[in-house]
Amino acid sequence: MDQRAITVEGLVKRFKTLVAVDGVSFDVPAGTVFGLLGPNGAGKTTIVRVLATILHPDGGHAEVMGYDVADQAELVRYQIGLAGQSAAVDANLTGRENLKLIGSLAQMPRRQTGKRADELLERFDLAFAAGRPARTYSGGMRRRLDVAAALVARPPILFLDEPTTGLDIQSRKELWAVIRELVADGSTVLLTTQYLEEADQLADRIAVIDHGRVVANDTASALKSRLGSTVIEIGMASEEAAGKAQSLLAARNGGGHPELDGSTVWLTSRDGAGALVDVLRSLDAQGLAPATLAVREPSLDDVFLALTGKHAVCDVADTECEKRLEAERRAA
Amino acid sequence: MSTPAITIPAGRRGPQGLSGRPARAIRDALSIADRNLIAYRRVPQLLVFSTIQPVIFVLLFRYVFGGAIRVPGGISYVDYLIPGIFVQTVVFGAINTAVGLSADVGSGMLERFRALPMARSAVLAGRTLADLARNVFVVALMAGVGFAVGFRVHTNALYFLGGLVLVLAFAYAMSWVFATVGLAVGDPETAQAAAFPVMAPLVFASSAFVPVSSMPSWLQGFAGHQPVSVVASAVRGLALGGPTASYLLQAIAWCVGIIVVCAPLAVWRYRRTV
Repeated sequence: MDQRAITVEGLVKRFKTLVAVDGVSFDVPAGTVFGLLGPNGAGKTTIVRVLATILHPDGGHAEVMGYDVADQAELVRYQIGLAGQSAAVDANLTGRENLKLIGSLAQMPRRQTGKRADELLERFDLAFAAGRPARTYSGGMRRRLDVAAALVARPPILFLDEPTTGLDIQSRKELWAVIRELVADGSTVLLTTQYLEEADQLADRIAVIDHGRVVANDTASALKSRLGSTVIEIGMASEEAAGKAQSLLAARNGGGHPELDGSTVWLTSRDGAGALVDVLRSLDAQGLAPATLAVREPSLDDVFLALTGKHAVCDVADTECEKRLEAERRAA
Repeated sequence: MSTPAITIPAGRRGPQGLSGRPARAIRDALSIADRNLIAYRRVPQLLVFSTIQPVIFVLLFRYVFGGAIRVPGGISYVDYLIPGIFVQTVVFGAINTAVGLSADVGSGMLERFRALPMARSAVLAGRTLADLARNVFVVALMAGVGFAVGFRVHTNALYFLGGLVLVLAFAYAMSWVFATVGLAVGDPETAQAAAFPVMAPLVFASSAFVPVSSMPSWLQGFAGHQPVSVVASAVRGLALGGPTASYLLQAIAWCVGIIVVCAPLAVWRYRRTV
């Protein structure tokens, strides 16, 4: 029962001097969805490219369905489908031609590719546009075609590399529904995303990636309970006032560990509404009035801040951070 | 969790041993060639550079500059010009190979191909094959245009067809040169910009439009021996008579030499391009 579809051990990938993947290890049991969560430049896409045999690893070991990605790349390619930012559809071919092309290049018998293409176009709500060049498709249609292309040869393993980045909410939810269906069919999915909500919605387990390392590997609910279900952000009038508020809230018995970021105090809690009343009461008792107040669900940035003490995206003025991210993007 | 279904569907186990690999390489190259030819049919702009531009050159040199150009050997300028136009056309057309491949690099298409169990040779073989098919069409069209403006074959149809085959062989060799360029640059605009400085001296400092003997002596050494001149002279020999054998041998040597050097270079570039 505990059959592992993907095994990654101490994986390393360098681009010149930059270490994009720095000793990553994780396992994906067959028939599950595994999420790689992290910001741009964290190394998620590089991990997928190595597992999809596009890049050669510089160290460590990775297996897909028991085949080594470095030494048995050819056999690995028969097991996988790839969609998202690591792959593309041909804008000049029609939806149907794109799927047929991928089918024949995946070594399906030529006779079957047409039938399979029609099946997938139907399933992904693209039958109405089957004969139109993909160039004329909307963003959401193109992504659906992209995911369909990954499925043509019925591979047991799917790599979805940021499948919904840049899509509107509606298209994103449609694609989520499709991905859930795939898993119900028994596929194993490795998903990368920048959205905590997406990983939460789809993944059985989530590895949080930062600077090419796994900083957490847990179920979505465990990650969230570590973090608290609600984030309370209190904007104070000055950094000084924020400092006072932080020490005040830290001394409070209500739980949660307040973090200070400029003039903002940031606190997570399992008991959103109750904690909020409590926080405001304590502040008021000391004559500290918040300038702004926000209560929201945790985002990727909150997970990051909690796990690494850093923001997932650069602060506006942090040129050092932006330079580093830019260098990583270029190298990738 | 339900029992995971991880049975590998039939046919997903990959090739057993090495048998069937050459067949797969041919099949995959044809699939890629077919895909590239669809793009030429569907995006007519891609064919414009390879058809409208040479027609304009024919008209320009035949009716505007031609009157001022003297060619040796008592042949008319239009007969001198058209073999040169064939060669110029396929050299300029080879930019399509660079543009197409660089677009595939930029769009992420190559990544998708690399994750598929297809022959590693297929992308380059299919691309150069599609460009050869495009050149058959373009060269036939230019022959028609040539005859329409007064070009006549002085030898016989078989020699003339031999000349066209030589032009296509040279076109195929040039495709490999520009495949290397396209993979190196990674976007179509840069590919165009990078290709022009390579092809302009080849085409214009050659015997394609004017006799090399009319050029300054310091240029004649290059202009007389570079591939465009040699191939143009060989095609002229085949179509019009006169000295042919030496040019033909040199032209074949250039075609083979270019492929022997550039094909491995392009394959090496392809292997390290993502």
